[in-house]
Amino acid sequence: MSGQVVLTVEDLKIVIEPSGILIDDEVSLTIRQGEVLGLVGESASGKTTVATALLKHQRRGAKIAGGRVLVGGRDVLALSGEELREVRGGLISYVPQDASASLNPAVRIGTQLMEILEAHDYGASGSARTERLEEMMAEVLLPSDRQFLRRYPHQLSGGQQQRVAVAMAFACRPKVIVLDEPTTALDVTTQAHVLETVKGLSESYGVAALYVTHDLAVVANLADRIAVMYAGRLVEVGSRNDLFTRSLHPYSRKLLAAIPDLTGNRALQGIPGSAPRPGSRPEGCAFAPRCDWVIDRCLSEFPPVDGPGADHQVRCWRHAEVGAEPMGSDAKGAERVKFDPSLENVIAVSGLSAYYGRKKTLHDVTMHLHTRRCIALVGESGSGKTTLARCVAGLHHFKIEGSIKHRDKELARDARGRDRATRQTIQYIFQSPYSSLNPRKTVRQILTQPLRVFFDFSKSETEDRVAFALEQVALDTSVLRRYPDEMSGGERQRVAIARALAAEPTVLICDEVTSSLDVSVQAAIVELLAQLQHETGLSMLFVTHNLALVRSIAQEVAVMSEGRIVEAGTVDKVLEDPQADYTRKLLSDTPTI
Amino acid sequence: MSELPKVTDSNLVEPASASGGGAGSEWVATLRNAWSFNRTRIGVGIVVVIALLAVLGPVFAPHTPTEFVGAPYAKASGTALFGTDSLGRDVLTRVLYGGRTVLSLALAATIIGLFGGVTFGLIAGYARRWVDETVMRTLDVLLAFPQLVLVLLLISVVGPKLWLIVLMVGLSHAPRIARVTRAAALEISQRDFVKAAEALGESKLRILVAEILPNITSPLLVEFGLRLTYSIGLIAALSFLGFGLQPPAADWGLMINENRIGVSVQPWAVALPVMLIGVLTIGTNLIADGLGRALIGIERTGGES
Repeated sequence: MSGQVVLTVEDLKIVIEPSGILIDDEVSLTIRQGEVLGLVGESASGKTTVATALLKHQRRGAKIAGGRVLVGGRDVLALSGEELREVRGGLISYVPQDASASLNPAVRIGTQLMEILEAHDYGASGSARTERLEEMMAEVLLPSDRQFLRRYPHQLSGGQQQRVAVAMAFACRPKVIVLDEPTTALDVTTQAHVLETVKGLSESYGVAALYVTHDLAVVANLADRIAVMYAGRLVEVGSRNDLFTRSLHPYSRKLLAAIPDLTGNRALQGIPGSAPRPGSRPEGCAFAPRCDWVIDRCLSEFPPVDGPGADHQVRCWRHAEVGAEPMGSDAKGAERVKFDPSLENVIAVSGLSAYYGRKKTLHDVTMHLHTRRCIALVGESGSGKTTLARCVAGLHHFKIEGSIKHRDKELARDARGRDRATRQTIQYIFQSPYSSLNPRKTVRQILTQPLRVFFDFSKSETEDRVAFALEQVALDTSVLRRYPDEMSGGERQRVAIARALAAEPTVLICDEVTSSLDVSVQAAIVELLAQLQHETGLSMLFVTHNLALVRSIAQEVAVMSEGRIVEAGTVDKVLEDPQADYTRKLLSDTPTI
Repeated sequence: MSELPKVTDSNLVEPASASGGGAGSEWVATLRNAWSFNRTRIGVGIVVVIALLAVLGPVFAPHTPTEFVGAPYAKASGTALFGTDSLGRDVLTRVLYGGRTVLSLALAATIIGLFGGVTFGLIAGYARRWVDETVMRTLDVLLAFPQLVLVLLLISVVGPKLWLIVLMVGLSHAPRIARVTRAAALEISQRDFVKAAEALGESKLRILVAEILPNITSPLLVEFGLRLTYSIGLIAALSFLGFGLQPPAADWGLMINENRIGVSVQPWAVALPVMLIGVLTIGTNLIADGLGRALIGIERTGGES
C-alpha cells in the first residue's frame, strides 16, 4: 500500500451516558493518503457513532470514553473550542446521510458554500474565495453560474443537494473526509455519479476517506480497504480483494451472501436474527448467536486480533477454518422461468393514467399480473411505480383514468368502494414498517384486525390464525404482547407481512418493503416472500428501486420511468437482453460485487 | 413522495429515560416524565390540597353557610375565624362550602369542551378537504369572540342556568381544543397504518377512535390541563358577574362580588376566595406546563425515522 498514513484511530471507545453501556470498543483504524476505507455494518453496529467521533462529535447521550484520533500527529479528541472548530471542516470534514436535512432550507446554496470558506479563512481575498467556489462546483459537476448559486436547497434535486454537501466537505481541502451513508437516499443512477465524484476527488487531492455504509455492494467499487463492524467492534479489516474473495469472518461472508445478485448465479441469503443493540450484546463474540461456526469458546471470550498479516486482520477463533472453506460454495442459482402465455391474468391494468393533484404521474400504463407469478415493478423515485401499486390497491385518492380489472371484474377506484371479498383478496404491504404499524397497538391487536374485518372466527380460531400468521413469517408467539417500537425494523416488517397474510389474500402487493431495512434483513425478507409465494401460490406485485433484487424474487419484470412502462417481460429476457436504453442504464448503474 | 430508501441507526443511542415501557403506554410515560419536574409536583400538591379543602371542607365547617353568626363585616373573632361577610355569615364556613361548585363546574365544563373539541378536530383532521374547511372556518368565527363575551352572549339569551353555564364554558373551549386535535390528527392520518386500515375497509369511526385517537392522547392531556385552568377562571368570573350560583348559595366567585363593597372594612371575605382561586389556577397551570414539557421531551427522544 502506497501513501502516507493520514488518519490513525487508536482504541476508540464510546459509551452511553450515564449507564456506561458500550456502543463502540477497541476500534483501531488507519487510512492512508488517497485511500477510501469502507466501514460496513448493520443498524446498531455503532458505525455512525464511530464516524462522528472522528470529528469529536457525539449525539446526545453518548460519550467518547477513550482512545485517540490522530490526524497529522494531532489528537482530535484532545482539542476543544476554537481549535476544534478549526479542525472540523478544515482538516476533517463530514458528509451527512441526508443532504436535504443538513442544508439550511432558508439560505441560498452559494451563501452556504461561501460560509465554509469564510469560517476557515480560506483564500486571501473575496475574489480568491469566489474562484475557489467556482472550482468546487466544477469538481462536483454542478454549474457555478450566479443563477444556480442563488437557488435554495429545495430547488435542487436530491442528487444535486448531496453534491453540494460533498462540495462543502471538500471546500477547504481537508486531509480526512468522513462520509456517512451519503448515497442511501439516492437513486442508483444518482448514487453512481456521486460515488464516482467522491472517488475522483479523494484520489486527486490525496484525501483519506472513511465511507460508512450498511451495503457492501456500494463500497465494492469504491473502497480500497474495507472494515466490517459488528456490535461496536471491528471484526474484520482487509483490502477489498481480501474481503470479497478470501474473507475470514463468518459475518463478513454472511453479509456478502445477503447482497442481491443481478446475474442470479448466487442465491440471496439473509442473516437470521438481528444485530444486538448496545446494552443487550452478549458476552464473548457478539455474533455467536447468529453464527454457523460457533463453538463454546465464542460464548465466553472475545477473540483477539489475528489474521494472515497486518493488511488483513480478523477477530474470530476459527478464522483459519472459515478461510479454508471456499466462498459461495453453497450458493444455488435462482430458478429460471420461461414465459407461459397460457397463464391467467389476476390483475389486468390497461390504459391507466393517474394524477397527483393536477400533475399526471402515470401515462397510459398497461400491465398484467399472472396467477402464481411475481412481477417486479422497477424504477427510480418519481417513476410512478408506487402510484401504480396504490391504484391497484385502491389507495390512490386522486383522479384515475383507464381500467384495472381483477379476474375480468372492473375494480372500484377506492378500496372503500370494493366489496369485502375483493378487499380481502388484494393485500398491500407498505414501504416502511415504522409507519405502517400503529404504535399504540400490540402485535396481537394488529394481527387480529384483518381477521375481525374479513372473517367471523371464534376467539380460539382467531388465536390459531394469529399464531399461524406469525409462524409463516418465522416469528415467535412471544412477540404478541409487544408494541412495534419494541421490535427491530426487520421484525416489524415481518409483522406487517403477517397482517397481510392473515387476510388470506391471493394477490399481494409489496411496495418497496425492503428499502427501509438493512441489506442483511432485506435478504431475509425477500427470501421469506419468495418462499411464501412459492408455497401459497400467491400472485405478487413487488415494487422496488433495486434492480438487483429482481432475480431473487420475481419471474417477470416491468421497468418504469417517468410514469410509463418502458420495458416488460420475463426476468431473463429483460436483464440479459434489455431493449430500452433506460433499462441498460439502470443495469449499468446498479452496484455489483 | 417518499419512496427513497433510507436506513438510519438514529435510534442507536436511547437515552436511559426513554428506555422503559412500550409505546402503548405513551401517555403513562408522559405522566411519569411530567412527574419528574418539580413544577408538576408543586402543581399537583396545590390542586390536591385545594380539592381536599373543597370536598371535605363542609365536614369541618364551624357553622352552616347561611347561618348568621354576627354583625355584617365583623372582624375576625373566636366564633368567626376570618370574620363575617356582608350579611353577617361566617366567612370561613362559606369558603369551605364554596369550592365545590367552582371545581366541579370547571371540571365538567372542561370535559364537555374536550369531548366537543376532540370530535370536531378528529373529523376535520381526518376528512380534510371541504369538511375540514367548513368545520375549521366555523370554529374560527367562534374563536374571534373572547371566551367570556361568547359565554355571556349565550347566557343572556337563555338565562343563568347552571347546566347552561357549564355547557357554554365547555363549548367556548371546543374551538381551541379542536385546533390542537386537528393538527395532531392531520399528522397521524398521513401515516401508513391509517391507510392500511382504510385498505382493510375499516369504518371511518373506527379509524378515528381506534387508530388515530390513541396516538394523540399526549397533546390532549396537556390541553386538558390548560383548559381546566381557564375553566376555573371563567366559572369564577361568571359567578362574580352574577350568572352563576344565585344567593344565598356559597360560592367563591359569588363571595367576591357580595363582599367587595366592604373590602376595606373586612378584607378576608374577599381575599380568601380570591387567593384560593388564584392559587388553584396556578396549580393547574403548573401541571399543564409540566405535561407540556414532558410531551416535548418524549417527542425529542422517542421518535423514529
